[in-house]
Amino acid sequence: MNDLSRRKLMMTGLAAAAGVSGLGVAARIAQKYGLIPPDHGGIYGLGETLTYASQRLLTRHSLAREFPRSQISKPPLANEIPPLNEAFKRLQAGGFADWRLSVNGMVDRTASFSLAQLKSYPSRSQITQLVCEEGWSYIAEWIGVSLSDVLDVVGIHPQARYVVYFSIDPDWWESIDMADAMHPQTFLAYGMNGNELPVGNGGPLRMRLPRQLGYKSVKYITHLTVTDSLKGFGKGLGSASSEGGYAWYAGI
Amino acid sequence: MARSESVQGPLGASFPSSASALPATTVPSPHSALVRVTHWITTLCFLALLVSGVEIVISHPRFYWGETGNDLTTPLFKLPIPSSRALVPSGFGYVLSDQNGWSRYLHFQAAWIVVLTGLLYVISSLVTGHLRKNLLPNKTDLSWRGFLIAIANHLLLERPSEAEARSYNVLQRLTYLIVIFVLFPLVIWTGLAMSPAFVSAVPATVTVLGGQQSGRTIHLFVSVSLVLFLFVHVVMVCFAGFKSRMRAMITAGTHMGRT
Repeated sequence: MNDLSRRKLMMTGLAAAAGVSGLGVAARIAQKYGLIPPDHGGIYGLGETLTYASQRLLTRHSLAREFPRSQISKPPLANEIPPLNEAFKRLQAGGFADWRLSVNGMVDRTASFSLAQLKSYPSRSQITQLVCEEGWSYIAEWIGVSLSDVLDVVGIHPQARYVVYFSIDPDWWESIDMADAMHPQTFLAYGMNGNELPVGNGGPLRMRLPRQLGYKSVKYITHLTVTDSLKGFGKGLGSASSEGGYAWYAGI
Repeated sequence: MARSESVQGPLGASFPSSASALPATTVPSPHSALVRVTHWITTLCFLALLVSGVEIVISHPRFYWGETGNDLTTPLFKLPIPSSRALVPSGFGYVLSDQNGWSRYLHFQAAWIVVLTGLLYVISSLVTGHLRKNLLPNKTDLSWRGFLIAIANHLLLERPSEAEARSYNVLQRLTYLIVIFVLFPLVIWTGLAMSPAFVSAVPATVTVLGGQQSGRTIHLFVSVSLVLFLFVHVVMVCFAGFKSRMRAMITAGTHMGRT
């Protein structure tokens, strides 16, 4: 080994050591600023963390593209849905008059809202694209209440970091960080294209967040929990889809 | 990104030009360590992206132009393969198993590694002069005569002489430049154009392509182009001498007795 390659080897060793300690510091800073996704473990943790951290830094306040009314997809696609359970069918028979959305966790006042109460808050609409991770997409007008308006009513604690949301189907739940929860385009949607939200598209109440892929927009929402940690929910991976092998963060 | 079958001295003119003067002995690798390492990382990532990309396509093997597209709209074209989703009218009587979860995880992990590796390669190529010396074509090669000679040599399956094997020929140089500076940037761009979060921050990523589904379709075309490149590349390596070319790209030494 000549002098040149010995020097090269030493420089490589030093660079590697600096790199490893740099990674350690980066991980600590990322944790502090909420840039580590709950499914960061395992062999795909590196890519998942890089994606979530970079997109969170880049897109904290960005708005999903909105489209002119003429671009609304006709007819709107209703994706396949799991079989609706007895609880859903009972509420459907009553015209969803008894549908409730309960909110608890790190809030000043736990609450339970009827659909009529949710509709009494400022109604908002967006014409945005729903993109499925499979590759297809459609554009629709979504009408609903901002999730942030509902969270303002119940008053969230300053240490809150995630909102976990549950479908009436007990195997279907997801969670989002506060940047997405407080985002102006994150809706609890009850209407579509000027009408009630069809059951096939998630009616009577669907979470809608246009900056993530369709599987984060869970249908038939009945319950929200505000929390500072996802450890107590299921396997701690943050959602039913993560437990089924899909990424928790679906911004790409 | 640094896919190269031929050889070039990192130190330029430090090799004897006449092969006959050279005994059958081991000389330093014609590829720098950085070229060799980034080449194989890129190879692994590309294969991972290919396998996972195919799995993702299977969940919806229909392609569209414009902003939206789904089972209710007319596709630009559809691939004649079964699907992993029951709703897709694939024409096949069965549904494949869903592999999208790990495929998407693997796709983005490999994408991150290949993008960082590619940046390292491009930046160091600028710094060390690899780009200027080994990738940009020589003025003399950029003539019709130079092209015709290179094309004729390829068509006649002429094996490169020792001197030629020490540097990329003009067709190689242009091909590598297109792969590195056109195809890879395009495939990254169209990949990002499919990300609803990324385009919320940089809408032009998708609007200049004509829509999200156009981006997806272009992503497929560019991927197919890269697979074609890989195929031709491997065939050329075989013609040039598989063993010696592989040795040159893997180990520090290359055997000069025969290429």
